[in-house]
Amino acid sequence: MPHLTEEDLILHYYGELQSDDAAHVAGHLRECTACRGAFTKLQRVFAMVDAAPEPALSDGFERIVWARLQPALDRAPGGWARWFVLSPARLAWLAAIVVLVGAAFVAGRLSQPQSGTATTSVSVAGKELRERVLLADLSEHLDRSQMMLVDFVNASSEQDVDVAIERTRAEELLSANRLYRQTAVDTGDLALAQVLDDLEQVLVDVAASPDRVSAEDLAAMRVRIDDKDLLLKVRVLSSEVQKRQRRQISVRAGQSS
Amino acid sequence: MPHTDAAAVALARDGDSEAFRALVERHSRAVYRLAHRMTGSPQDAEDVVQETFLKAYKQLGRFESRSNFGTWLHRIAVNCSIDLIRARPHREAAHDAADLDQFDGDERGDATRVSPERLMLSTEVQDAVAAAMYSLSQMERAAFALRHFEGHSIEEISRALGLKTNATKHSIFRAVKKMRVALEPLVSMD
Repeated sequence: MPHLTEEDLILHYYGELQSDDAAHVAGHLRECTACRGAFTKLQRVFAMVDAAPEPALSDGFERIVWARLQPALDRAPGGWARWFVLSPARLAWLAAIVVLVGAAFVAGRLSQPQSGTATTSVSVAGKELRERVLLADLSEHLDRSQMMLVDFVNASSEQDVDVAIERTRAEELLSANRLYRQTAVDTGDLALAQVLDDLEQVLVDVAASPDRVSAEDLAAMRVRIDDKDLLLKVRVLSSEVQKRQRRQISVRAGQSS
Repeated sequence: MPHTDAAAVALARDGDSEAFRALVERHSRAVYRLAHRMTGSPQDAEDVVQETFLKAYKQLGRFESRSNFGTWLHRIAVNCSIDLIRARPHREAAHDAADLDQFDGDERGDATRVSPERLMLSTEVQDAVAAAMYSLSQMERAAFALRHFEGHSIEEISRALGLKTNATKHSIFRAVKKMRVALEPLVSMD
């Protein structure tokens, strides 16, 4: 009588065998000590897998999820509609943006070269523009993160400290940081992604903290910031981004002269 | 805060962001656990949580109120996890490069080499399970997680992953074999 295969045992365990096959395997297991032993071991392996603990999540996990999610919801279709309807001031902003974009489009049409290289030029210009906007945004994000970290590190630590303002700033920065990190990963800029990842972990810590933290907790968070040399890394990165911006500006100046 | 998911969904559809926040607070841990099992990475699991709730928010209008919100969200989370796995094929290639036979003989992982005394420690078992899960390719992990933890049938998993039934079975067999090779020595100590 041939023994059951491991595949038979797995399908039997999950109840995936057709009724005839299931009856055959069940019958075999009753009679064959070796196969029964193998099936018992498989069950124990699965029991071990089931008993493994779930990944630990911080107490403030839900709050962090919400802090990251909320800005994206505002940009989602439903969010946009409410944003548009509820605020006349924002409506005026939107109108101004529409006018500016329209003017830029018309200007682009009027100044478009007539040669065969027109499409390439427009595409290169578009790419440069996107990169400029991204660099400007990233630069601002790093500056704001740096300021938040400096304030946090320099907060008085003699007794319980009110970090509600820093916490709110960290929550705001988290969502943008995540997008920049994902973009860096997608474009293969791993050095940038690593710094943003380190920054994100600290932002998560700050965003998840209560309004008031004890001197000990504050000291522990400072140690985490120091251990990673985070402030220095963010400063260096910010300076790199600014250099890239300046290089772009000088290249464009050279092209236009 | 609305007491039931149905009430929260109804309010969230009308633009009540606090109601949607209540849904996020009730379900985000479960979504994270599912995503972590499927992707094997805390960072990816966090991204899946974000993407899942963003999609749910955009599609709230399509949610049928007689359905279970948790089940609906679970489906979205599975799809988001699969999308993420497909978008990051490099890790799959890295794992698949390790041939199963080689794994069988030479790469059993630390779990098979530790002393009996150390194996008695539950943390060692936990580490061994984590290492075994990590040894799976992304597709093997996704198929195994859906079959073992989430209780989906092989047919359902095949449809979700876009694989033929035999390919899905093969992924699960490979996953179980790797888990067994890594963990069986611990089982024998009982």
